[in-house]
Amino acid sequence: MPVVQVKNLSKIFGKNSKKATRLLDEGLSKDEILKKTGNTVGVNRASFDVEEGEIFVIMGLSGSGKSTLVRLVNRLIEPTEGSVLIDGKDLAAMDSKSLREVRREKLSMVFQRFGLFPHRTVLENAEFGLEIQGMDKEERKKKAQKSLELVGLGDYVNQYPGQLSGGMQQRVGLARALANDPEVLLMDEAFSALDPLIRKEMQDELLELQESMKKTILFITHDLDEALRIGDRIALMKDGRIVQIGTPEEILVNPANDYVEKFVQDVDRSKVLTAENIMKRPETVDIEKHGPRTALERMRKEGLSSIYVTDAKRRLYGYVTADDVSDATKEEVKDLKSILRTEVPKVDKTTSMHEIFNIIHDTPVPIAVMEDEKLVGIIVRGAVIAALAGNEVNINGIDS
Amino acid sequence: MELIPKLPVAEWISDATDWLTDTFEFLFDFVKNDFGDFIEFFAESLLMQIPIWLFIAVVAVLAFFVSKKRIGLPVFVIFGLWFIQNQELWEELMNTFTLVIFASLISVIIGVPFGIWMAKNKFVETILTPVLDFMQTMPAFVYLIPAVAFFSIGMVPGVFASVIFATPPTVRFTNLGIRQVSHELIEASDAFGTTGAQKLFKVQLPMAKKTIMAGINQTVMLALSMVVIASMIGAKGLGQTVITGLQRADVGTGFVAGLGIVILAIIIDRFTQNLNTQRGDQS
Ligand SMILES: Nc1ncnc2c1ncn2[C@@H]1O[C@H](COP(=O)(O)OP(=O)(O)OP(=O)(O)O)[C@@H](O)[C@H]1O
Ligand SMILES: [Mg+2]
Repeated sequence: MPVVQVKNLSKIFGKNSKKATRLLDEGLSKDEILKKTGNTVGVNRASFDVEEGEIFVIMGLSGSGKSTLVRLVNRLIEPTEGSVLIDGKDLAAMDSKSLREVRREKLSMVFQRFGLFPHRTVLENAEFGLEIQGMDKEERKKKAQKSLELVGLGDYVNQYPGQLSGGMQQRVGLARALANDPEVLLMDEAFSALDPLIRKEMQDELLELQESMKKTILFITHDLDEALRIGDRIALMKDGRIVQIGTPEEILVNPANDYVEKFVQDVDRSKVLTAENIMKRPETVDIEKHGPRTALERMRKEGLSSIYVTDAKRRLYGYVTADDVSDATKEEVKDLKSILRTEVPKVDKTTSMHEIFNIIHDTPVPIAVMEDEKLVGIIVRGAVIAALAGNEVNINGIDS
Repeated sequence: MELIPKLPVAEWISDATDWLTDTFEFLFDFVKNDFGDFIEFFAESLLMQIPIWLFIAVVAVLAFFVSKKRIGLPVFVIFGLWFIQNQELWEELMNTFTLVIFASLISVIIGVPFGIWMAKNKFVETILTPVLDFMQTMPAFVYLIPAVAFFSIGMVPGVFASVIFATPPTVRFTNLGIRQVSHELIEASDAFGTTGAQKLFKVQLPMAKKTIMAGINQTVMLALSMVVIASMIGAKGLGQTVITGLQRADVGTGFVAGLGIVILAIIIDRFTQNLNTQRGDQS
């Protein structure tokens, strides 16, 4: 069962939200509803599940409703419609006591501007959740200390938040959330207030921690790069609606609509795309069946200066060039083996485009893309450039 | 204009006061007698029994530590208090000090809970804000009248009038301080599953402490400013000496007693201000 289930969740701010809900049903946009009723649509019928151990990223531009959505998940904001289930239990149906229990035991939140208590030391901040639960002093101190060590702040326990840098403060925020040992971490733009270098460091650290913790994480960001780096799955929001949910790859390669496409356009694609996404179907000749004449024929037809040689099972032997082949036909050579060149630039199909970019400069022939010793595709230089520019990528590997 | 006769507002108020006086006579009598005795005991059997030199020394040492081991305040304490005893105004000083202490203490005990209530409840804030404005703008002399009606004359009505006049800043600043706690910290607190009381005592009050203390400081100063006025209804102390000076057109006596009040005001002010530090404050 998914740890977090969000079903048809809506939040409309302002009075008389009934009318606004009806207008939403009629398909009016957020702007139109604001004009007609004065109500702001925060979240509009969002549905998604977050599986155990998954980092689920919610991404969208400013005002798209991300913060509202994450606050609906721990009911800091009351929903207008729909439901949130944590471990299968409906939050909306809970009285304030059981809601408190859920917040204490299952959900912890990390805030964009850290949300640390300035009058408490780093240790006391990390202890906060445990203190609220009524844990005794020694035990909670120990746990908080451990949690601070986990984020690398073991030596700063007696400082006050105001004495720490932004990155360190956010580590305290993370430690405070982790000290509770929650099932679900809610992180609202947790790294957005940090400068880019620290931010990257924190992302890496989170991923590293996640390796061992295997928490369920709901991560909010407005930064696609960040989403792609850390998300197992990403939900894209626009005007309160979720417009696409998918793996980073699916989002990049197969944007559901113009909005997603626009969002995706300026990401540095080289980090995310792999050989598989930019390769094309290879033209080959069969080493057992074909001779130089057939090879020459095929190259001429496709306008190639070289062609890969495989056997019937697509095992790669090497390639032949047009020049060698045409010489061979004149000398009446029947076999490709004698002119075979075996120095082939090979990559695995999961190689990132970043690496391919480095290889493709100094190779005279297209790069061979391999899967289990078999040739599954080739990459020409043009395709790399095109992919970086955001065109012509295919999700299935081979376009026809 | 002639159509509407003069409304008997004054009569209404008087009637109401009379009614209160009669109805709660037992309560007022109890406060007047027992609380009055206690105040007298505090001033005469406690404060005045302490040897003057010891009193000055203790206050000076406290001042030294309170002002973070700077020398200015202790020196001022020693000279100021010595001057007052030199002018043979020590007993008056002790009475005034008692009046201020009790008035401030009661103001704070009443003011802080009301401030909290106001911060937690929008409706209460709407009601209390004009009431507080009224309490502060009404000339302080007016409070003497019901004070006398309830408690006749002496220290108790003095304290009563001072409390009414001095409470508003504590209420206001408590409310302000709690409301000033940032939304994000309230969310953080809620997100960790705090109860209302946990949020109040672990987040809101500690974070509002500085503002509340500023309010308390104002309350104490207002209580001090009531000293002379309260002495018109028989509250003992430096104020009485001022009034005597006034009645006899004796500028010198009045001035010296006034100076005593100023010295006390400065000492109390510096004490409360220096005590007002917040944990984790970077300034
Ligand atoms: N308390 C509120 N009252 C009224 N409208 C609100 C409230 N909170 C948010 N909104 C509106 O709801 C919409 C979504 O806001 P939200 O804060 O969830 O956006 P966001 O995606 O988190 O944006 P950002 O990236 O700037 O944090 C916005 O149009 C905002 O104006
Ligand atoms: Mg936000």
